[in-house]
Amino acid sequence: MARLNVNIGSLELKNPVLTASGTFGYGEEFADFIDLNRLGGFIVKGTTLNPREGNPYPRMAETPSGMLNAVGLQNKGVDYFIEHIYPRIKDLDTNIMVNVSGACPDDYAEVCRRLAPLDRIAAVEINISCPNVKQGGMAFGTTCAGAAEVTKAVRRAYPGNVIVKLSPNVTDVTEIARAVEAEGADSVSLINTLLGMAIDVERRRPYLSTVTGGLSGPAVKPVAVRMVWQVAKAVKIPVIGLGGIMNGHDALEFIMAGATAVEVGTANFIDPAVTVKIIDEINDYCNRHNIDDINSLRGII
Amino acid sequence: MKKYIIDFEIVDNRKVHSLYSLLILKPINAQLPEEILPGQFVEVAVQDSPTTFLRRPISVNFVDREAGTLWLLVRRAGDGTASMMAKQPGEKLNLVLPLGNGFTMPKEGERCLLIGGGVGVAPMLYFGAEMKRCGIMPEFLLGARSEADLLQIEDFKALGTVHVSTDDGSAGEQGVVTTNSALTQKWDRLYCCGPLPMMKAVARVARQIGADCEVSLENMMACGLGACLCCVEPTVKGNVCVCTDGPVFNINQLTWQD
Repeated sequence: MARLNVNIGSLELKNPVLTASGTFGYGEEFADFIDLNRLGGFIVKGTTLNPREGNPYPRMAETPSGMLNAVGLQNKGVDYFIEHIYPRIKDLDTNIMVNVSGACPDDYAEVCRRLAPLDRIAAVEINISCPNVKQGGMAFGTTCAGAAEVTKAVRRAYPGNVIVKLSPNVTDVTEIARAVEAEGADSVSLINTLLGMAIDVERRRPYLSTVTGGLSGPAVKPVAVRMVWQVAKAVKIPVIGLGGIMNGHDALEFIMAGATAVEVGTANFIDPAVTVKIIDEINDYCNRHNIDDINSLRGII
Repeated sequence: MKKYIIDFEIVDNRKVHSLYSLLILKPINAQLPEEILPGQFVEVAVQDSPTTFLRRPISVNFVDREAGTLWLLVRRAGDGTASMMAKQPGEKLNLVLPLGNGFTMPKEGERCLLIGGGVGVAPMLYFGAEMKRCGIMPEFLLGARSEADLLQIEDFKALGTVHVSTDDGSAGEQGVVTTNSALTQKWDRLYCCGPLPMMKAVARVARQIGADCEVSLENMMACGLGACLCCVEPTVKGNVCVCTDGPVFNINQLTWQD
């Protein structure tokens, strides 16, 4: 049994496998299929200050080796989360993190302020990269100034561990990563979805109600691995890698590219038990290659 | 209700129509889930179609407890369903099940009409069988283009009275299900699964005749578990997931005004 523990700043994970926000609900949806306590942690659905209905249906289009979504941060708001969902999941023996989104820096800060007293929330993941909302979201993640402003506001409001989730829809992702590092982010996660689009030529209209949406799944993995590799070389804080991870090999690609941990997203839709299989596959790989500590594989490329 | 991921073996693949296959599946080294409700669905993994990425939601057509088999009636809609229909006996399919809420079982003595159109007849067979098992006599109203397009008609007849509407009048009454004379009778509950215009038309009839009405929606899904929030339907309570709050909805929950 290899040592799989990793640290994301102050945060200790029993293994590097997390789940990506918006693909794993609140964990409960997957409790019939896996022991949630085996995960390094899970990141709950994007949470905003006020409830959001999200975008109109249709919100999803299947694409080659992936899918487009335009959910638009549908959620019941942070107060609902704290009152109704947190009590149900707080006693799990894993790290629960909350993905936070907002229309302005004050919104992000207020959500984090309300989450701060919850002692079983291990971290917040600041979503400055959602491509499916009109206000905020990716607008902050595509400029250094915007990314820095949100990070700064959150840093003041939240004493705990702050992960900033970066957008791939930029010219140079390392600049944004450095900007949020300078404002006190404890780590960065990347990539959020790539802005994409698909057209139903028979009906001569876009598949999504919003025309454009976020591409995820194995189709984006090479782009994600490249960006993680670039960012890992550009910042000193830990990097969490995600984008199209379907199995243990994919996860190891990210780790070798420089990721300390990984998030599994769209794969949960295809195999609801995939996360624990990925943990086992990483362990098998380490045994097969006589690796005693997963940390020794990080950033070897 | 507990959900499972189970490998099934194809016991039989019956081409019941040029566009439809009836797949009879048996769990490999596992039992069927103890409870599967009429109106629930399964998510089928598609492994050998390069253009297909996600699982395919397919409604439960029948559960044969004696034989330990699950029936899926599959309509060829694209590459994913075509790949399922090409499966031969002995081959495997991986399913996540049972998913969704299911139809509300009626009370004893209530008169119920189960209305299906196209592949929408699929859940009505299992529902009718379960009603009958509970001592309630189901009646069916099935719609199709022509006699040749009526699916599983003998199975339905074995369960109860079957009313038929065909576009060309080659079987039953000519016309659509909502013009069928069966709907002039007194019904306590209408249940409907079929194309959206048909379900909306049935909902209008239900309001006119004062019957309770449930419909089964088939919005496009990714996860089937309520995690991705892709398959939402606007309801009186806002956007809800068809995969977990549905697929069956009482028409009073929906925003169908037309």
